[in-house]
Order: sequence, then structure tokens, then C-alpha cells
Amino acid sequence: MYRRYRLPTIWREMDQLQREMNRLMGYSSGKRPLSPLSFPAINIWTNEDEMILSAELPGMKVDDIDLNITADALVLIGKRSPQQLEEGARYHRRERNHGEFSRSIQLPFMVDPGKAKAVFKNGILEISLVRAEADKPKKIAVKAG
Amino acid sequence: MMKNKEKAMQVTDQELVENEELERTRERQCLVPKTDIYESDDMIVILADIPGVAQDALDITLDKHILAIDAYNTSSENKDFSITYSEYVPGDYHRKFRLAEEIDVDKIEAIVADGVLELRLPKAEEAKIKKIPIKAG
Repeated sequence: MYRRYRLPTIWREMDQLQREMNRLMGYSSGKRPLSPLSFPAINIWTNEDEMILSAELPGMKVDDIDLNITADALVLIGKRSPQQLEEGARYHRRERNHGEFSRSIQLPFMVDPGKAKAVFKNGILEISLVRAEADKPKKIAVKAG
Repeated sequence: MMKNKEKAMQVTDQELVENEELERTRERQCLVPKTDIYESDDMIVILADIPGVAQDALDITLDKHILAIDAYNTSSENKDFSITYSEYVPGDYHRKFRLAEEIDVDKIEAIVADGVLELRLPKAEEAKIKKIPIKAG
């Protein structure tokens, strides 16, 4: 059987803790958020049978986003075009990034790619995934002997 | 020529950072949106990334050269789910700028599309740099 988590639990937990600390320090009021190491920033929500993966993609159009889902990974490819300036215009401030990006995300459990749904709204891409039947934990009825 | 240059130098926008530690009444985090500002001959354009904010959840005020952008995140929590991996926190956005240029307040346009706010601030007539044609004598 394929094992997803190769790292010992303690390392995973420390990783999580560090991420949490970075998040708290970067996002505390008045400070600007830390730029995520990879673009776009993603969040993953899970429950027993489903998963929601969301990505912040402000300023992108549906046609600029390319999404590929396999049983255990998701690849997000896209391009953010720079603003077209009028003749003679000049920047005072430029903080927003543009260009191409590609991100592969290993999913926390196996999913059924055929049941994936994606919605793009207000610059947030939300992908709903359903756990593959074969990956679901089985309950075994215990019979009295 | 020199005068023109001096004038152009003044036209930079200043960001106002609030120092006073006011407590927020909303539970969500308050973030500083990434912003581009550019200037053309007749207007100043501000582009701010505000993913997760719907069109009707924005407050933009211009008071004595101080432009304030407040955007409220309306995305709902995913009920019955728990977060397993997190790189961003959905939050409200707030940022203030001091504009050096006179703005024609009545003609300000604000457009929100795909999580980006585009503010078009037309310069007031008197603030536009007039080109003076030179006639051959």
C-alpha cells in the first residue's frame, strides 16, 4: 500500500508549527503579509470524504488558468498579464507580480478526478474534490463469536 | 523646463502607515493589499489585489487628498471541514494613500473584477500640465 506521509510525525508537526508562527508574525495587525514562497498561495480544507483546495489568483481570467488533476496530485498552471499602460504613463509604485506560474500540489488523500469541480469567483479559485472510493477507510463490523 | 520637472517630482503618492494601535471590531485579519499606482497625463490609476472581496463589500473614501481603501472579505468559512494546509488567511484589506495631485472627485471610477480593484482618479483641470504650442514667428 502506498504511504503518503514519509516524514515522521514529529517533523511534520514542527513544520506545521513553523508555518503557523510565520503566519501569525506576518499577518499580525498593521504589518504586511509575508509573501508566500510560491505563487499562488493555497489553502486545503478536508473532511472524511471531501477536500476543498482554494488558491488566491487575483486579476486572472478563467481562460488564463489551466488545471490538471490526477488521483493524488493537482497541477495549476497560469499566467498573469501585466496591465497595459497608456502611452506616456509611468509607475509610482509596483508591488503586484505578473508572469507565468506552475504549481504541483500533492493531495492529502486519493481523489476521484472525474468528480472534481472548480469555481472561480472574486479572484479565488475553489476546487472541490471527492475522496476515491478505494481510499476511503473501511469500517469492519465485528461479529460476536 | 526646470519648473516642469519640479512639479513632476512632487507628484509621487505617499503611503500613510497608521501607528496608533486601534482595535478592530471585526474578527478577521486586516491585510495590506499589494498595490500598483501609475500616472498618465490625465489620471492616476490605482490597482489593488483584494482576492475574496465582492463588489459590494468595498469602501473607498477621498478626504482632503487622503484616499482610503477598505475592503471586506465576504468569503464564508468551509463548514464541516478542517484546515489541513494553509498558506494564506482570508482577511479584510485596508490601505491609505496621500495623493499629491488635485483629483476631480466627481469623475472617480472604481471597478472590481476578479479580485482586483481598479480606481481611476482623473486629475482636476487645473492640475493637468498644459502644453503650450509655440508658433514660429
